Amino acid sequence: MYGEGRAVCLGSDVDTDRIIAGRYLRTKDRALWAAHVFEDLDPTLASRLKGTVLMAGKNMGCGSSREQAVIALKEAGVVAVIAPSFARIFFRNAINIGLPVIECPVACKEGAKVRFNLAEGWVEVDGSRCHGTPLSLKMLEIVRVGGLVPYWREHR
Amino acid sequence: MPTLSERILGAEAGSYVDVQVDRAIAHDGTGVLAHQAFCEMGARGIRRPECTYLVFDHIAPANTSTTAGLQRELRQFAREEGITFCDIGSGICHQVMAEGIVRPGEVVVGADSHTCTLGAFGAFATGVGATDMAAIWASGSTWFRVPETVAIQITGRLQGAAEAKDAALAYVRDLGMDGANYRALEFVGDGIAAIPMAGRLTLCNMAVEAGAKAGLCYADRQTKEYLATFGVDAGEQVPDHPHYVKEITLDLASLSPLIATGHRVDHVQEVAELAGQPLDQVFVGTCTNGRYEDLLRFSRMVRGHQVKVRTIVVPASRRVLERITAEGILLDMVRAGCTIGPPGCGPCLGAHMGVLGVGEVCLSTANRNFTNRMGVGGEILLGSVATAAASALRGEVTVPEVPDVR
Repeated sequence: MYGEGRAVCLGSDVDTDRIIAGRYLRTKDRALWAAHVFEDLDPTLASRLKGTVLMAGKNMGCGSSREQAVIALKEAGVVAVIAPSFARIFFRNAINIGLPVIECPVACKEGAKVRFNLAEGWVEVDGSRCHGTPLSLKMLEIVRVGGLVPYWREHR
Repeated sequence: MPTLSERILGAEAGSYVDVQVDRAIAHDGTGVLAHQAFCEMGARGIRRPECTYLVFDHIAPANTSTTAGLQRELRQFAREEGITFCDIGSGICHQVMAEGIVRPGEVVVGADSHTCTLGAFGAFATGVGATDMAAIWASGSTWFRVPETVAIQITGRLQGAAEAKDAALAYVRDLGMDGANYRALEFVGDGIAAIPMAGRLTLCNMAVEAGAKAGLCYADRQTKEYLATFGVDAGEQVPDHPHYVKEITLDLASLSPLIATGHRVDHVQEVAELAGQPLDQVFVGTCTNGRYEDLLRFSRMVRGHQVKVRTIVVPASRRVLERITAEGILLDMVRAGCTIGPPGCGPCLGAHMGVLGVGEVCLSTANRNFTNRMGVGGEILLGSVATAAASALRGEVTVPEVPDVR
């Protein structure tokens, strides 16, 4: 599973409160989450996420289990999230909604062209390739079909 | 030999297992998305309603008509499916489950990151997201990668005003916010026996703040006696030389009151270093420190005095509220000038009551101090119940004196 996008760099320990704040959780309006994503980190970021690959530091998505965090990123047009390590619930949530995530210790260059192959677990930034941890076959299949909901409908 | 997580999940660390879930918990915050995913899956009913719990704790009671509408849908769903439903005022899901529901050896999954609290009973308890919960509702089971385990060797006894919360802040400081990522923590050693269930729940509650998947205590005589008060007959668990990937030692005797600052749970300082810092709000409650023992301790310190800063106290459950009411603890806190909120999460997540204004500082007994969590431009300091009480009385960060109860 191949994808590409422009790099947006983030720091370490980005918590889910900063991805989508608690004050925006009480709704089913996905567009609202996308509009307010990262508001407390950088209010200009939400409008610049379409077609991007987020490249975060370690422990990406720590904190709350709120699935609105990964939904907000996907709705805002993020193509994939890459980090040297993820908080486990964020990682699992991303797979479950069909947002590609790759655990890979690659350095970020803002705006660089990023290519990745989820099945093979590699990431290329401006042509230089780094190998990360490939997903299990089941996780890959869940992402490929668009998340756990469609996966469930196919496999139950 | 196997760790407690390996024993409960029935496989070695690193392997993937499909397990039946003994308790599945969701709340008003995550339940809405879980319900939506559940409907989209086309699932035909909840597979094991007798093991399924929905607790309204996050925004309880509802703050807007939108929230009320979402809660109305969930309430109806819970009734149709015949699951255990705990409406507003019941308390925080983790505390409700700690009142005679979760037992040693169980697999407990909650759509909330602090589900790890329930590992205090010797259960494997962990948080998942909403879509995972929907699949658990539909199938009664889920998959896990069996985690490696980090041991927190606890020695000595708490001295002076130090309490279990200070021990929790100390291990998060020592491990760092991702120091136990993907791993389980086991609280073991000579010092654990003297920590009552309330303190063990506090210790396990903060496991996720070090990135851990679960935090576990072996069920012992204390666990058995605690559960017996709820009419639950539980067995004990004995560690059998488990294999740990890492061990750290936490000496309770050398702990002094601590505080987490700088928007990071692992940025921990001595309370003394911050003494005199003015406060705008004190908040006592949450799944970390809203239990009977916490409020008893707090009330003994503020009784007969007046708080000098707005102070919000939120009991963790209706049972806690009942007991503090019956014993006059509630009256002591009200007379001291505290504002009492309904059982639930209260201001912790900044979604409704008790939010902070720009530039305001709150000393909170909760577990997270992330940027803007309790309100845009507000700052959260995390401390113990005793630190909260001493600081409320002075209106500034204050090192607590030795209280007359622990």
